[in-house]
This record gives sequence, C-alpha cells and structure tokens, in this order.
Amino acid sequence: MQANTRSIYMLPYYIWIVLFVIAPVVLVGYYSFFDVDGNLTLQNYRTFFTPTYLQMTISSFWYAFLVTLFSLLVAYPAAYLLTRTKHRQLWILLIILPTWINLLLKTYAFIGIFGTYGPINALLGTLGFGEQQLLFNAPSFVFVSVYIFIPFMILPIYNALEEMNPTLVSAARDLGASGWVTFRRVILPLTMAGVKSGCMAVFIPSLSLFMITRLIAGNKVITLGTAIEQHFLVTQDWGMGSTVAVVLIIAMAVIMILSGGFGKEVRHD
Amino acid sequence: MTNKNGWGNLYLVFVFALLYAPILYLMYYSFNSAGNMHEFEGFTWEWYGEVFQDTRLIIIVINTLVIALLSSTIATMIGIIGALAIDRIRRRRLKDTVLSLNNVLIVSPDVIIGASFLILFTMIGIKLGFASVLISHIAFSIPITVLMILPRLQEMSPSLIDAARDLGASRRDVLSKVILPFIKPGIFAGFFMAFTYSLDDFAVTFFVTGNGYSTLSVEIYSRARQGVALSINALSTLIFLFTVMLVVGYYMINRRATNKPRREEPIAVGGPR
Repeated sequence: MQANTRSIYMLPYYIWIVLFVIAPVVLVGYYSFFDVDGNLTLQNYRTFFTPTYLQMTISSFWYAFLVTLFSLLVAYPAAYLLTRTKHRQLWILLIILPTWINLLLKTYAFIGIFGTYGPINALLGTLGFGEQQLLFNAPSFVFVSVYIFIPFMILPIYNALEEMNPTLVSAARDLGASGWVTFRRVILPLTMAGVKSGCMAVFIPSLSLFMITRLIAGNKVITLGTAIEQHFLVTQDWGMGSTVAVVLIIAMAVIMILSGGFGKEVRHD
Repeated sequence: MTNKNGWGNLYLVFVFALLYAPILYLMYYSFNSAGNMHEFEGFTWEWYGEVFQDTRLIIIVINTLVIALLSSTIATMIGIIGALAIDRIRRRRLKDTVLSLNNVLIVSPDVIIGASFLILFTMIGIKLGFASVLISHIAFSIPITVLMILPRLQEMSPSLIDAARDLGASRRDVLSKVILPFIKPGIFAGFFMAFTYSLDDFAVTFFVTGNGYSTLSVEIYSRARQGVALSINALSTLIFLFTVMLVVGYYMINRRATNKPRREEPIAVGGPR
C-alpha cells in the first residue's frame, strides 16, 4: 500500500521513459518499413543495400574515424600537459568555455576564415601558394569537426590522467623505464577508459553532423546524419530516413557493446 | 620530458589559440564597417545597432530564453523524481536497465532524436512550433539532470533519513527538509546543464520547429546558409559575453555549494549540440 502511493510520484519519470525513450525508437523502426505512399514494404532496406547508400555509409564512418583520430592526436598531449600546469582549474574552465558557444556560430566563423578572401588564403597568398578553394571540400569538414570536438576529447582524457596515481609513473621511471615505455606500458593503459569515452563522445556525433557538412563541406561530404535530415525535411521520405536512422542506431549499439556498455560512469553504491 | 616547459607550453598555447581564434575572429569583425569578414576598414557599432533594431531577431532571442527557462525548470523537476526513482531501486539488474534507458538520449545522435520526435509529434497530433520545441527540450534535458542529481543522492548517508524518521518527520518533511537540501548542488548543476543544453540545441529543434517558430540556433543556421552577415557576428559577440557570465555565475554557485574540498567535481559537458 505504502509502496504504491510512493510510486505514483515516480510516474512522470517513467512516462518520460516510455514516451520519449522507448516509443521514438519503436516508431523509427516501424516507419522504416513504409514507403513514401504509406505502403508496407521492405524496399527501403533493399535501397539501403545498393552501392550508393553503402558507399555513403562507409564514407560516413571513414570521416567519423578521421575526425576521432585527429581529435585524439591533438587532445591527448594537450590533456597530459594540462595536468602539469599550475591553476589547472582555470585552464580546464577555458577548455570548457568554447563548448558552451553555439556550435553554429563556431562553424559560421570558419566560413569567414576559410573563405576566398579569408586570413588563411591571405597567408597562402603571401607564402606564394596562391589562392586555394578551402571551403566546400572534405578536408575543411574534417578540420572544423575536429575543432568542434577537441574539448570533448580533452576532458575525459584529462579526468583519467588526473585519477591516475602519479607514484606509478615514478615507480616505472625508478625501475628504469624510458619516457616512451612508461607512457606506453603505464600511462596509456591506465587512461584507456578516458580515451574510450572521448572517442565515443566524438565518433557517434560525427556520424550525424549534418549542419557542418551543409555549411562547410557544401555537398561534398554526405554523412548518415545528412541523409536522415535530407529524407525527413527535404524529400519527405520518412520511411527511407527511418531506415538510415535504424542503421545508425544499430551501428551505435554495436559500438557501445564493443566498448563495454554505457551508463557505467554512474556509481552504483 | 626534460624540456616540458618549453615545448609543452608552446603546444598548449597552440591548442588554446586554435580553440579561441574562431571566436575572437568573429568578435573582431563584428566591429568592421566594411561589412565583410576579411578587410577591417574601420570601427563601427553599426551591426550591434542592427541587432537591436531587428525585432524579429529579438523575438527569437526571447523565444529561445523562454524555452530554455521553462524546459530546464520542468526537466529538473522530473529529473529529481527520476533520480529518486533510480536511487530507490534495489535490484541491480533493474537499476542498470533504467539507467541505460535514462542515458539513451544522451548518447543518441541529435538527428535521430529530432527525427524520431518529429514522427512522435506528428502521430500524437501535436502541432509543430512552441509546444513541440518545448516538449522535446524537456525530454532531452531530463537524463542529464538525473545524472547530475543521482551521485549526490548516492552520497547521502541513509542514517540521515533514518534519524529524521526516528525524530518523527513525515515523508514529506524528509523530502523537503533532508533530501532536497542535501542534493541541492546537484539540482543546480542539473538545471544549469539543462539550460545550456536548451540554449545550444540546434539539430533537434531544427526537426521539430515547423514553420513560423524559430530559436536562435535555427535562425543562425538559416542566416549562415545565406552567407556572411555581420549582424551574426555582433550577435555572437553578445552571446559569448552572456555565456561567459553564465559560466562564471555557475562556478560561483558551485564553489559556494561545495565548500569542502571534495573530490574534484566531475566536469560536466554535454555532447556537442
């Protein structure tokens, strides 16, 4: 009796789970079996397994991989060096601050920076390379995405480095390990959890960043996200859009399972 | 790492320069009288004037703030309930399941959230516009508020509640006089994160906004697609200053709330939105 009256308070939260977590996934799955005219069909999946869509999927994953890799390469040393600074709190705050600036504004800035008359082109001009078309291609897309994601990669790695016991590093050094060996055998394994969550925080969103592809890459890069947006808002083919979404959801779930599940960050007891 | 101060600091300077260059670049040209983002001709307030005279833009800013305040308030309330609900579950498996369900919207790509909410609203028959945007902002903010509140709840010693009950407190008293005050820092952090999530969101809003209703991100997107307009630069400068104020305010509240040197606060960042 008591337990019952108490659970009523919990109702709004469970309603939220049903309505906004479970139902949307089910609906996307359901819609993926309908064509534009509302007929039940498997055609969308057949369409998906044609070269056009498969190629798009592969390139989407390839770009996401590149973005993740470059973010990691920039972020790891930065995170490491940040743990050595004085006033660490302040520096970390300064890393976080840009993440609170609207994504679109930062992307918009690059339209100016990479533009025909922008500073990069001016620099290339003075160096004698002449004017280049920097916007509307794949490298500019990768660069801007990496720029956007760097903080999201730095923070988990920084947290992992902070949690590491520094005496382990000293011990390794005392036992005669070189700097590189210490890094590879001690520091990297101990911070792998941070690297993993950083990679997840970058990889999954980069599969779906349709606004950057639209603003920066012209239509040179089409990600799964771009395809979903296109089908839902431009061609109104919700069925095909849902099919692409289902593929993205499955890919995401596989990545999650491979990297050891989610929801782990929250302590249990 | 003998030379760490030299090369290391240089590298950090490079990373910080990279992070801030685009933002400063935008701000710098917001004062450019030439009206473009490459040749600085002279100083002007013209674009700021344009922002403040643009009634449509001001309405959109107000819309955005109203949505952010309403959605984060409601999301925080449901988030408190959610955290209490999860904390109460004793069975480990069930708890893991609910937690995983809680986190689905945090890890999902925005396009999928947007697309699936669009389907949901169309099926239920909710008109696209203010209501759909508000509801989706509440929906995607709830999990983060739960995640900010739950650790505080788990830190709380159960004997505190037992003591209160022994001293004759009713369940309502226990909640309002013991639990809520204890988890207050988590509630504030959750509210703040939900607020910034809502302000920043583009992709989800873009899907569920329909015609005629717009938030700042959606508006910036459509203006940016038309090319460079320095009123966007002026606007972004204003937003940047506002953000800095928010962040400073948040850290002040946080510092006051956690006076004792606890383990460093887990740094809260949402996914890029």
